[in-house]
Amino acid sequence: MSAMNKFRFEKREKQSALRTLIITAVSVLLALVCCGILIFSVGSKPLKVYETMLTQVFLSPTGIKNMLRSSLPLMFCGLGVALTFKMNLNNIGAEGQYAAGVIAGGAFVLFGPDIEGVPGMIITALCCFLGGAIWALICAIPKAYWGVNESITTLMMNYIALMILAYLCLGPWKMPRQNTGMTERIPRSMDIPEIMIGDIQISVGVFIGIIVAALIYCAYKYTTGGYQLTVISKSPKSAQYAGISIKKNILMVMSLSGGLAGLAGFMQYAGVAHRIVENMPNNAGYTAIVIAYLSRLNPFTVVVVSILFGGLQNSTAYVQSLGVPSQIATMMQGVIMIFVIAGDFFQRYRLVIAKEGKA
Amino acid sequence: MNLIVAILSGAVVYAVSVLYAGIGETFTERSGVMNLGVEGIMLMGAMSGCVTAFHTRNLALAMLIVILTGAVLGLIFAFLTVTLQSDQTVCGMAMLILGTGLSGFLGEDIASKPINLKFTKIPLPVLSEIPIIGDILFNQNLLVYIMYLLLPLATFYIYKTRWGLKLRALGENPAVLDAAGENVFAMRYGYIVFGTTMMAISGAFVSLAQTNVWQEGMTAGKGWIAFALVAFSSWNPATLALGALLFGFISNLGSNLQIYLPGVPTEIFSAMPYVATIVVLIISTGNFRKKHTAEPAALAKAYDRESR
Repeated sequence: MSAMNKFRFEKREKQSALRTLIITAVSVLLALVCCGILIFSVGSKPLKVYETMLTQVFLSPTGIKNMLRSSLPLMFCGLGVALTFKMNLNNIGAEGQYAAGVIAGGAFVLFGPDIEGVPGMIITALCCFLGGAIWALICAIPKAYWGVNESITTLMMNYIALMILAYLCLGPWKMPRQNTGMTERIPRSMDIPEIMIGDIQISVGVFIGIIVAALIYCAYKYTTGGYQLTVISKSPKSAQYAGISIKKNILMVMSLSGGLAGLAGFMQYAGVAHRIVENMPNNAGYTAIVIAYLSRLNPFTVVVVSILFGGLQNSTAYVQSLGVPSQIATMMQGVIMIFVIAGDFFQRYRLVIAKEGKA
Repeated sequence: MNLIVAILSGAVVYAVSVLYAGIGETFTERSGVMNLGVEGIMLMGAMSGCVTAFHTRNLALAMLIVILTGAVLGLIFAFLTVTLQSDQTVCGMAMLILGTGLSGFLGEDIASKPINLKFTKIPLPVLSEIPIIGDILFNQNLLVYIMYLLLPLATFYIYKTRWGLKLRALGENPAVLDAAGENVFAMRYGYIVFGTTMMAISGAFVSLAQTNVWQEGMTAGKGWIAFALVAFSSWNPATLALGALLFGFISNLGSNLQIYLPGVPTEIFSAMPYVATIVVLIISTGNFRKKHTAEPAALAKAYDRESR
């Protein structure tokens, strides 16, 4: 064993934000190298692919505009998922909650009273929020009262919501004389506006996302409810002794998280796609898991990482012409997540090289 | 009568498609490690099997590659959870996303193309002649027959052998085994790799026996159903098989009744297994009646010698 003891790992006493940043950056870089090897293995040139991504998607005005648009659903799903992860609840049902939100919002737009403009927008957003929240509550109630594993139930609800959405888009809600599953366009007065800053067009949704992130941050920092959540996540036992209702908080956090995923649906509906399509969530709910983890559950970081991931998602279309399979974005997300998890080890531990004989 | 035979033999096929993964997860969880990434690993198995079969026209080689794929993914997962002691839930989700993305990425070439090479039905001599039962149980493919042997073996291993006893201890209290001089880390590595290999075979069953094509995300939640069934079965392979059959029955009931009930949207039938999972999970794992569960006490907890 003496040879083993020359190198050993010691638990770090303190965490530093700078170290977190450096370790994460190094992990992501290594992940990109690994993705490069995979891209090479399917017969494409990785450097060319990365270059195209960088110039076309992340650095051009059109690229940035589209990146910000694509980031909207990811941002809201990510904020919601991060909320539940913070309480050690595994809500992996953002995908379904998103779909449920879209269904609720669509029901209002297509069949509700004719309210347009900003009031209509607000009501639609509320409907989406409620749809997502109710979908999450269906899983939150068994979790809170009977301890039923929420990761399985939330995931199963994804498939159910997506099936309902597909049924509606291909059946009763389908736009007449159309072959693909989509509904009528949302009234133009209800589009989420976009403003120009310099020569870059930015959707107002991004600012709403930042405001929501700020609200979450402040709620954690300055309110009793936020403090209770912090206690529950750090130590459920002490929370119980202190008389904090874990059940109530599970219900609250899950429905908030589901509601945010529902809002993600609203953002896509009114801000990007302008209509409901068959496979609307398009894995945003799963990407949100990676985003929440990479952001260390910090709401502001979620906003930034979602924007980057929005770009990653868009780059698919640009690099496909180089012969890269369309699943490149999801593949890269998976590899990045694995490397960042591995890198986190060095946040918790440090390498100690002991002198001969001492160990 | 034909309808009943169709439903029941379909139920057997469905059951086997989740049973390989279910048995794999049972052993992994018995060893105290929770692998949430079943779905992703199944997809990798389904993809690697199809790609190999498509290019080499060799089913045996395809299965070998499937097993290797499962083992490599298992080593990655074991490295993260056992060696680096990372959070098992997070790692499981990473495996889910990696498996989904990577299988789509590497399998795009052959997506939706017919493979024309699959595990065909082999009627067993004599046994398949038995009326009804013969058709349901003994007119199946090779992987189903292997499962018939594997189930009693797995049950026997867990409950009747010395190794099984150690496995159960590993999931309940790894520190005791460590003190007794057993290598806790190596054992967990072994069971994780065994588990992911079985999950990959489950995936290959879906793409090379149940259907004969690779499609992105084709396992459609089967990995999760397997994961849920493990908790439902109280970590017992025999009960797991019953649960899987029940699910197979529910799922096949829908697809077979569809023809007789044309007015009902097909989505309702497709959604039935998912609804059933939720209901069964609430009934079987909800703590409103029993306080005592068979869940391994050390499940999802990394074993750290220093904080023992």
